[in-house]
Amino acid sequence: MRIEKHPILEFKPGKIVRFTFDGRELKGYEGETIAAALHAAGIRTMRESGHLHRPRGLFCNIGNCSSCLMIVDGEPNVRVCVERLREGMKVETQKGKGELK
Amino acid sequence: MRQIEIAIVGGGPAGLAAALNASKLGARVILIDRNDYLGGQLIKQTHRFFGSKQQRASERGIDIALELAREVMSNEHIEVLTKATALGYYEDGVLLVEQAGKIIAIKPERVIIATGGAEKTLLFPNNDLPGVYGAGAVQTLVNVYGVKPGQRVLMVGAGNIGVIVSYQLLQAGVEVAAIIEAAPRIGAYWVHAAKVVRAGVPIYTRHTILRAIGEREVKGAVIAQLDENWQPIPGTERELAVDVICLSVGLTPLTELLWQAGCQMTFVPELGGNVPLRNEQLETSVPGIYVAGDVGGIEEASAAMMEGALAGLNAAASLGYTCDTLIDDRQNVLQQLAGLRSGPVGEKIRKGLAQCSL
Repeated sequence: MRIEKHPILEFKPGKIVRFTFDGRELKGYEGETIAAALHAAGIRTMRESGHLHRPRGLFCNIGNCSSCLMIVDGEPNVRVCVERLREGMKVETQKGKGELK
Repeated sequence: MRQIEIAIVGGGPAGLAAALNASKLGARVILIDRNDYLGGQLIKQTHRFFGSKQQRASERGIDIALELAREVMSNEHIEVLTKATALGYYEDGVLLVEQAGKIIAIKPERVIIATGGAEKTLLFPNNDLPGVYGAGAVQTLVNVYGVKPGQRVLMVGAGNIGVIVSYQLLQAGVEVAAIIEAAPRIGAYWVHAAKVVRAGVPIYTRHTILRAIGEREVKGAVIAQLDENWQPIPGTERELAVDVICLSVGLTPLTELLWQAGCQMTFVPELGGNVPLRNEQLETSVPGIYVAGDVGGIEEASAAMMEGALAGLNAAASLGYTCDTLIDDRQNVLQQLAGLRSGPVGEKIRKGLAQCSL
């Protein structure tokens, strides 16, 4: 789902980093957001809602709406649309409110 | 406790222009932004701006963002706090900011709130499914990160953002199935609309979305025609196979800090929601708190930069700073704002602003 050719923009990806999504190993670029890397891998579902267990994904992509909360390196409620991807990150689907351990 | 002359919340076009203009008069400024970069939503705007040369017409938003950010970063009168969230403004005039897990208490003599706006949503069944995005979200994904949101898009809303983002999706190699608009006519500039129509994207006016189709993600959308009373006409339902539904149905001001600071607010539909009352100086009902940009009413980036300049000049001037050209500078900005808001295009804004002046 990455853009190959663009008439105006030139995307200069950072170095390739590895991370896991629900245990699955994925690759993305350093400096992009976790949400961008997941979308590039075709993953659009980020959490499950608290009451009806509905799937939820990105909505605003600027850190405002809290639709994209995930568990990152054990910490719940991380807004993955503004959190930058780093080598070795452990990203998990968040179900419900999330608990601090 | 940090003492500072002017604190500015928000590093988008309004906040950046405010910081530059306040510091130009000699005031010391702290600029606070929750992102790890400056420029706000300009960083995804690849289209060229309209207006006059002074309003940076024909420049692309992405280039304006870089230039303004560079000027701000190299200005020794401006301290920039990024990855910093303004948490609240309290009765004793203290602004609390969180940065890297630490709380910073700032006591500014003047505050300029330039927090911008946020995308509105629309009510329809399944509007919470992954694959339903705000148009700005899609623009960020595509233009900043070079990632597609999906294969085939239904754009809801034919205002400027809906039409421009549709065109940008085409440029990125994403198919746009249609643009629908509930009103009988489009709101976008014709020059942009003509581009997408020439590229083969139909624009259906008097149409709405009835529901999104899908269990775990968007797989399609049902649209229908509206009658004169904006009600769906039975029998006109049509199913579109799309995996993205992009909502471009307006923005609303991000006014939390203004409410908390006790600024008098009023609901103005023409400006996108609740907005602060403000005087000609852009000062709110709480002395020393100024507003600039979309938080004072949804407009666009050129107006945000003009308002930022005005708020910056006025806040600094109220602290006793001045320069030989201050009166002319102010007048110049006011004239440009009046120009932007003139004619039929600015009618809605003028009507809105008339309802919130102090």
